[in-house]
Amino acid sequence: MFTAEFLSRVQFGFTISFHILFPAFSIGLATFLAVMEGVWLKTKNPLYLNICKFWMKIFALTFGMGVVSGIVMEFQLGTNWSQFTDSVGAVLGSLFTYEVLTAFFIEAGFLGVMLFGWNKVGPKLHYCATLLVFFGVTVSAFWILSANSWMQTPAGATITNGHFVVQSWWQVIFNPSVIPRYIHMLLAAYLTTLLVISGVSAFYLLKQQHLVFAKKCFSIATIAILPLICIQIFMGDTVGLVVEKYQPIKTAAIEANWNTQQGAPLILFAWPNDTKETNQFAISIPHLASVLNTHQWNGVLTGLTSVAPEDRPYVPLVFFSFRVMVGLGLLMLLMSVIALYLRFRKQLYTSSWFHKLCILLAPMGFIALITGWFTAETGRQPWVVYNLIRTADAASGVSMHNVSISLVLILLVYGVIFGFFYFLYFGKIVGKGPETADEMDMPFIYMHPEVKK
Amino acid sequence: MTILALAWAGIIAFCVMMYVVLDGFTLGTGMMMPFLKAEERNIAMSVILPTWDGNQTWLVLGMASLYGAFPLAFSTLLPILYIPLLLMVLALLFRGVVFEFRLKADKKGQRYWDGLFFISGLAVTFMQGSILGNVIQGFNGPYQWINSFSLMTALVLIVAYSLLGATRLILKTSGNIQTMMRRIAKILTPLFGFLLVAVSIFSLYVSKEINNTWLHQYNHLLLALFPAVALFGFIFLWLGLLRSWERAPYWCTVLILLCCYAGFGFDIFPYIVPYSITIQAAASPPNTLRFIMVGACVMLPVLLIYTFYSYHIFKGKVNEVIHY
Repeated sequence: MFTAEFLSRVQFGFTISFHILFPAFSIGLATFLAVMEGVWLKTKNPLYLNICKFWMKIFALTFGMGVVSGIVMEFQLGTNWSQFTDSVGAVLGSLFTYEVLTAFFIEAGFLGVMLFGWNKVGPKLHYCATLLVFFGVTVSAFWILSANSWMQTPAGATITNGHFVVQSWWQVIFNPSVIPRYIHMLLAAYLTTLLVISGVSAFYLLKQQHLVFAKKCFSIATIAILPLICIQIFMGDTVGLVVEKYQPIKTAAIEANWNTQQGAPLILFAWPNDTKETNQFAISIPHLASVLNTHQWNGVLTGLTSVAPEDRPYVPLVFFSFRVMVGLGLLMLLMSVIALYLRFRKQLYTSSWFHKLCILLAPMGFIALITGWFTAETGRQPWVVYNLIRTADAASGVSMHNVSISLVLILLVYGVIFGFFYFLYFGKIVGKGPETADEMDMPFIYMHPEVKK
Repeated sequence: MTILALAWAGIIAFCVMMYVVLDGFTLGTGMMMPFLKAEERNIAMSVILPTWDGNQTWLVLGMASLYGAFPLAFSTLLPILYIPLLLMVLALLFRGVVFEFRLKADKKGQRYWDGLFFISGLAVTFMQGSILGNVIQGFNGPYQWINSFSLMTALVLIVAYSLLGATRLILKTSGNIQTMMRRIAKILTPLFGFLLVAVSIFSLYVSKEINNTWLHQYNHLLLALFPAVALFGFIFLWLGLLRSWERAPYWCTVLILLCCYAGFGFDIFPYIVPYSITIQAAASPPNTLRFIMVGACVMLPVLLIYTFYSYHIFKGKVNEVIHY
């Protein structure tokens, strides 16, 4: 079991799980900041500037984490999965090249202006920088999702002598699953961010601190979550249809459906047993799995036993990850409906039980995001490129000894930096709170009332 | 050799060069930390803070292009250099988080982060230098990245980045920091010159390909160009330090580094994995090279323009600490 390949899997899974949290939060915050700075420029209400400046601190911290952990990912592809990079380089390598050229550089280049340029450039130009950073993170996510979706639903390339050659770039980039998965990911990033924003402002409301700031943020976040989670549930369903169409065995693992059947039941809870090829302690609703995955009452769902055991993913991991994700999604829906109800009752800012709930929910977006990715990635196994290259055949020939060293070092470093210091400084920023209007360092000197003509 | 493959090798070489010049002074500034007082360190950090991320991105672009244009080279080099690359990446990780963390830390915390900035910058440079040493030697066995030649190239790179950092600070600051940096640069310059000569001579003995390239294959006059330009750079660097010129020392250091870099290019050309896989052999199929070339032709000029522009926004002397 403990081979260099297995440790490489652990290392990759660990580092990418950490990595994804930061870009997702950055995508959400960049979008939020782009909207808030726009509102500020339009209304000139300093409250919005205050909101921008506060969340920009969190953004800077988070973005930095995403950048450094992303570099680890880039190198790791080559160091630990060189047979994969050699084989797919002509396809995926170019998508990464495009990602850096069209997105990553834009983020990195304008981040400095966005964070430190308040007094160096005018408000319109500053807003341009913010918009470009927003554009950069959003496009960057597209390329990454395109590459990952190609691994799920490869198209537009043929394989000769173990190397992929592209026939159609259009088909590679816009492979069958990329559009729904990209939108699903963006919405996940927005929701994750809004949950953090609502959690932090709920914390201030509970503590009776920074009330003007907190009420505004809380109001914006709770109202925005409702439509987004509705679209997200719809998008999740769309992704489900695509998965069922192109990766039926992944759907089978998600639903713990062992035998091909019509009108498959939705299993709410069970312990999938892969040696006995059956579910223990199952609680299920008849027909629902078929209805959800095919939109037909008696739709046929392919079972796991239709392929050999070595061609199946590890079912319990896929099954439970998916249920955690969906469960949290429904919880978000519930939370935003309650928020709407409280808003009509004019109790949104006074219901401390609800504020406590929001604080509890603050990290839940991240958990939903991670479990969603677990479902997608572990459900693809044992393939790294679906039905074409096995993960086991993708590994480098590096020694067990080397991978052990790297894994231990990475666990330590990530534990210290991301597990401790990120939260420490996140906590510090939140603890310090937003600047009040009079202590706020007003940017753009010429916009001060007394200087204005 | 096809023009496309050659052009991509050129683009990657350009990315690495940009990285060395830009992140070189960022890492070098880190190495100046122990010579500065707390307030001076804040100023020094303010010099590099707005642009460090863009600088580092040249490395990311170089790696992504290597993956896209030369997957065989990417998949061969990275596993061989597993441990030094891992250590470099982890050191880069520490270096990167310091920028954010120190802004949020209190005075005492800042001291620790500055210390870490120094150590991580030193570690990044050391690993890059030792990887350089291994690449120059070719790949003939394990632990070459830590043998005497690689240790020497690591030392050269540490001195080179330190000099870049010191001269950059001369350009961007004034007062005490500038005086201090001038004093340090005066020590580093002769040291750098000495080490460069030593490592150049040594390199003729560690690889017979290099020996062949420099001593037999090409016209000596042509090859003498690089050391000659470098010597010219050294003279003006020294003069600049003596006469307190502000810009010349930095740009002379850049010029010297470019000469070294060109010499290194001569060392390994036409190989991309010295001395076993050529640029041509490692190249992606032509349709991939063409596809990414379209992106590079459109975006590289744009990238350069706004890199230049963001430097332009933050131009001039840095006299106060910047914050959000």
